[in-house]
Parts: sequence; C-alpha cells; structure tokens
Amino acid sequence: MKQKVYLYRAFERFWHWSQALIIFFLALSGFEIHGSFSFLGYQSAVKYHNMAAYALVILIIFAIFWHLATGEWKQYVPTAKNIKAQINYYLLGIFKNAPHPTRKTVLSKLNPLQRLVYLGFKILIIPTMVLSGLLYMFYRYPQNGSIEGLNIESIKTIALFHTAGAFILVAFVIVHLYLITTGTTITSNLKAMVTGYEELEDTTKSQLESKNEVISAEVNNE
Amino acid sequence: MKKIVISLVLIGLIIISIISFVSPKETKQSKLNELKAELSKKTTPSVDHSKFPILQKKIGSPQEVTEACISCHNGRAQEVMQSNHWNWEREEFIKGRGVVYLGKKNAINNFCIGVEGNELSCAKCHIGLGMTSSSTYSYTDSKNIDCLVCHDNTETYAKAPEKGGAPDQTLDFSFIAQHVGKPKRSNCGVCHFLGGGGNNVKHGDLETALFEPSKETDIHMASSGMNLGCTECHKTEKHLISGKMYSLSSMNRNRATCEECHTDNPHSETVLNQHTYKVACQTCHIPVYAKVNATKLDWDWSTAGKLKDGQPYEEDDKDGNHTYLSIKGNFKWGKNLKPDYIWFNGTASHYLLGDKVNDTTKALVINPLNGSYNDRNSKIIPVKIHRAKQPFDPVNRILIQPKLYAEKPGEGALWKDFNWQRASEVGMKEVNLPFSGKVSFIRTEMYWPINHMVSSKEKTVQCNECHSRDNSRLAGLKDFYMPARDFSPVIETAGTGIIFFAFAGVLIHGVIRIISTRKRKMKV
Repeated sequence: MKQKVYLYRAFERFWHWSQALIIFFLALSGFEIHGSFSFLGYQSAVKYHNMAAYALVILIIFAIFWHLATGEWKQYVPTAKNIKAQINYYLLGIFKNAPHPTRKTVLSKLNPLQRLVYLGFKILIIPTMVLSGLLYMFYRYPQNGSIEGLNIESIKTIALFHTAGAFILVAFVIVHLYLITTGTTITSNLKAMVTGYEELEDTTKSQLESKNEVISAEVNNE
Repeated sequence: MKKIVISLVLIGLIIISIISFVSPKETKQSKLNELKAELSKKTTPSVDHSKFPILQKKIGSPQEVTEACISCHNGRAQEVMQSNHWNWEREEFIKGRGVVYLGKKNAINNFCIGVEGNELSCAKCHIGLGMTSSSTYSYTDSKNIDCLVCHDNTETYAKAPEKGGAPDQTLDFSFIAQHVGKPKRSNCGVCHFLGGGGNNVKHGDLETALFEPSKETDIHMASSGMNLGCTECHKTEKHLISGKMYSLSSMNRNRATCEECHTDNPHSETVLNQHTYKVACQTCHIPVYAKVNATKLDWDWSTAGKLKDGQPYEEDDKDGNHTYLSIKGNFKWGKNLKPDYIWFNGTASHYLLGDKVNDTTKALVINPLNGSYNDRNSKIIPVKIHRAKQPFDPVNRILIQPKLYAEKPGEGALWKDFNWQRASEVGMKEVNLPFSGKVSFIRTEMYWPINHMVSSKEKTVQCNECHSRDNSRLAGLKDFYMPARDFSPVIETAGTGIIFFAFAGVLIHGVIRIISTRKRKMKV
C-alpha cells in the first residue's frame, strides 16, 4: 500500500536548492581562483565568490535556526543500526532489485549512511569551508593592525584547508548526484526534493505514534 | 511562517548584492576629480625677472648670475648648499654599517663605475660650476652654485662637456637670467633622463620621451592629459626635493609617493585596496617600462679597449643603441620591458669603495634592497635589474675604480689609453686604495626601482598576470603563498584522486545497475 507523503517542507527545499546552486557557483569560481582554469575572469571570480560566500553564510544561519526550531536536526543523529545492511544494499542488493533495508518515513527521512555522511557534511566540511573562507577574506586585517597576537604569518595553511575541503565537496556532490537515482524509482528522490511529496510505503502505524516514542524506541534499539 | 522566512532570506540576499554593487564607487571618482581640479590650477610667477636692472646688465659668466641671484634671494644659497644635489652625499644609516655619508665619492655603480678621478666629465651633472675633483672641491663657496641649470626656463642653458660642470661661456647669460622660474621637465631631465652616458641608460623609466609623452607613456605627464611636471610629485621645500633613488640612499625617508595624492585606498574594490598592504602602486600600474626608447640592461666592461687600426670604434644596433664601444665594452638593451619584482621595505644597503667581496661565485649586488614577505613594512615593487661585468682586483678582492677620463692621452685614462692595467693603477691611487696589479672582472647587479611611466587604469596589470600557475609575474617571489600561483602537490593529487575515484565509482556502479536491470528484465 503506497501513500503520498509530504516529506520536504517549503523551507527545506528552498534551503537545499539554493545551497546546491551556491555551492556549485562557489566551486566554479573557487577553482578558478585556485588557478585550475579560467572562466569568469580572475577579478570577477574573486568578487562573486566572496558575494556567494556571504549568501551561503546567511542561508546556513537560517538553516540552523530552522533545524533547531523544527526539531529536524534529530534526522541527523547518527545510528549504527542497519549501517551494515545499508552498505550491503549499495554494494550487492541494489543490483538484485532487493528492497531498501530501511524504511523512509517523515520522522526518519535519511538512511543510516545518509545520517552519517550528512552529519559529517554539516559539522566537518561546511564549518571547515566557512571558517577557512572567512579567515581567507579577513586575514589581512589583523596583520595590518596593531594586535600582534592576532597576526597570521601566511595565508598558506588557510588556503590549503579551504582547497582540501573544496575537493571533498566536489567528490561529495558527484556521489550525491548519482545516489539521487537510487530511490524507489530513478526519479522519485528528485521529484520529492522538487515537489516535497514522495510516495512511500504505508506508514499509518508509525504516523499514529507520537514523535517521542519513535525517538526513544530508536535510542533503545541502539 | 515559512513564507516570512523565505521572503526574509530573499530580501537579505538582494540587499547584500545591491550594497556590494552600488556602494563606494562614487566617492572614489569624486576624489580623483578633486585632484584633477587642484592640479589644473595655473600659477603665474609673482615677479617678472626681466624687469630687474641687475639682470639687464651684460653678464659675462655664470658666477655673476649666481651673485645676482643671491643678492635678492638671500639665504637660498645656504639651502642649496645643504642639499644632496650640491653635496653629492647624504647622511644615511645603514644597518650593519652604521652612519655613512653616502654619495658619489664613496659609492660605486655598475654603469660608469664612479666619479672619483673623472669629475671633469661626470660633474656635468653637478649643480655647481667648475668641479675638477670632488675631494678638493669647495662645497662652501656659494658663487659656485649653478642656479641656472635648474631654473633656466629658456631651454637654452647647457653645461659644456668635460668642463667640470661649467657651461659654454658663449651663452647669453643675461637673457637666460631674465627668464628664470620654477624648474621644468627640461631642467631635471637633462641629467636624470640622460644619466649614465645616454638617453634612458640608467633608469629605464626616465627618458627624453617624458618631455612630451603620450598618455600611453605616462598618464600623469602626458601633454594631452594632466601634463604634470616633475615638481608636482617631487614636492620641494627650501630646495630640499622629495624623492630619491636607492642607488645613492639607504633610509626609508623623504620618498615621493603615489599615496600622497591618491591615498592608500584609492580603489572602489575592497580586495584591490587590501592589496596595497603588500603591493606597491607601481607594481600594478606600471606594467611595462622603457616604453619608447630602450634602456641599458647589461654592460660588459671586460671587452672594453679593443681597437680597429689603433683607433677606438663603436657598433650600433638597428635602433642606434651602442652595442659596443671601445671605451666602455659591450651593451645589451631592452625596450617595452616587464619589470622584475622584489620585496622592498624602503631601506637599502650599499657596496662602497674598498669593501671586500668574499663570494664571487654569484653576482655582487651593489645596492641590495631590503625586504621580505614577513617584514611588515615591505611591499612588492617593480625594479629594473642592471647587470654588468666590471673590473675587480682578485688579490685585494675589491672592485676597481678605474681612471676613465683625462683631457689627454698618457695620463692613464682608459678612454684615452685603452689600458686596463694602467687605468686601474691610476684610478685606485686617486681614491687611496691598494691595487695588486691584477685586473679581473666579476658580475654585478644593481636594482633600480621603477616609479615612472605609469599607465592608464585600463592598462594596469591584470589579476591573472600574477595569480596564475604559469608565467606569473611574481614567479620569482617564493616566500609566500599566492592564490592561483601556488598549491600543495599533496592536496592537489589527493583532491583530484578522490574526485576521480568518486566519478569512476558512480560510473561503474551505474553501469552494473543498468546491466543487472536488463538481465532481470530478460529473465522475466
């Protein structure tokens, strides 16, 4: 029994797609600044990279607020349960048309691998990029000022962190784009992130349960 | 609720983009217009010198002109006699050496090497009259000040060659004296454009094309532009002129700077203003120098002295630049040159006459300009590097000051007798330094900061001329990390590696999925 479920709310979709767009542009302009290719022209690349960076920071601030306010942050609490099954699915089951090992519900939209990877994305990659990016922009100020303790010898370390993060992000996006196609159908994941709705297995039972019970049940299982 | 949040985000983004597009440009533009208005003001001289009876008399010598000048402009002679244009030296502190009276008496360059012993010829560029020896010259006799070389506005006054700075005695001194005024380009240019024995030989960015330059040559001095004279930037008070060259000065003081007029954040783009912490204005705004005529890049003294049929000779290139002179050796020239770039904190050191050279395996830098990335006062500046092979005493390990010029043969002067041995012996005796009798040649370098021939803002050095993997203009400055030029090979390899594996991974995974799906369908 399938049922259409409202999985991704308006803000979540807006946040996801504008973040995707901004990160794509940041990568494009960023690797030009890094010297990998010429496209926008160096001066424009720097200028618009910086503007896009501010836009991303603002977006992230709103997203953090949204996650806290709605409790959606709990979606990213990692779990060891079913991780092995999920890995097995991607490595073997998927080729045999085996069913997904975990069930997608409104309260648990992410499979255990997604939880882990997105959490890493949120607490490691993004902070690394934002922090090193802001230092990249502002590192000259302390050096030109009079507070010796704040002086940074060279932009080198900052730049290397920023570049390393960028490479990881690009790899993440490649895999992420591919994994879109591994939903119930090839396009079901994409449709869900565009419209917000996805046809899921009937979850009437779990929908009846209160949020707290589900969470505590999961915790107990761990 | 969510609509409010979304619209807040959108409005925020729009506001930020508008602010960053619109904000500071207008104010910068008006600042430049203010400058233009300020510098367009015509000044008229407060007196007409042709009306003074003392200048209407027949004046027979330049000394009489000077006396006439001093009779009204009292006190000015004392100012002039304080200046380095007169004394040919400055009191300088050099790190590791202490206080030095640095000047043409003790400094050496790698063009004509030094003035000592060659004053009759070299003093053509001294603001005095009749210098035969810089050590016995009277620096206190105000009658010897040559007022006209700087203040002649007729462009007819000229010093005679090889007369120790005295002019041609047949000039109409009364006429010239009646038409004096503030120094024009021609007054400064006659020495500063032609130093080293010809046009643009030394500086590379100071040459006769600046008498009436186009906007392409020099945006400030262009006849069709602001038409600024030398003294608009080299502001002068009590005969002390701002600005100096680091061939003969060592301390970070009395520099004529762009910032005096343009401030230190003249750009509308913040990121460009931030560059001014570490990059001098000249670095971006003088993309090429020697724009009109070639400048000398290399001077090989070791080949001097060759004769054809017992006579000295010269060889020229197609532009008329000397490539060989029997009196001076071989030259290399260059035109439309990209400068070299170095860190510079405003202080320099100097090789002085008699200094021992310990390491002759690498070129001896005669005026090392100090600076590094980590030095807070250092900025990247453009320089011309002049290279030479010049005479050296391999036993005493000191550079040789040869006797170059004498009035007649037989006195040991290289330019008359073409004998290095003899010229070195006589030259070193005149400067009271030992000479072993052996002459060899060592490689030397001099650094000439490039400050003139500023281009229009459209022609400035573009970002990617430095921020680039290949052919970066700053490829030689390796003591700092620069975006686009620099990268970590480890991160680069690892980074492209994970991108490659991610791509290959999803590709293989996808292909297997397609194949397995087909197989399943066929079974069904």
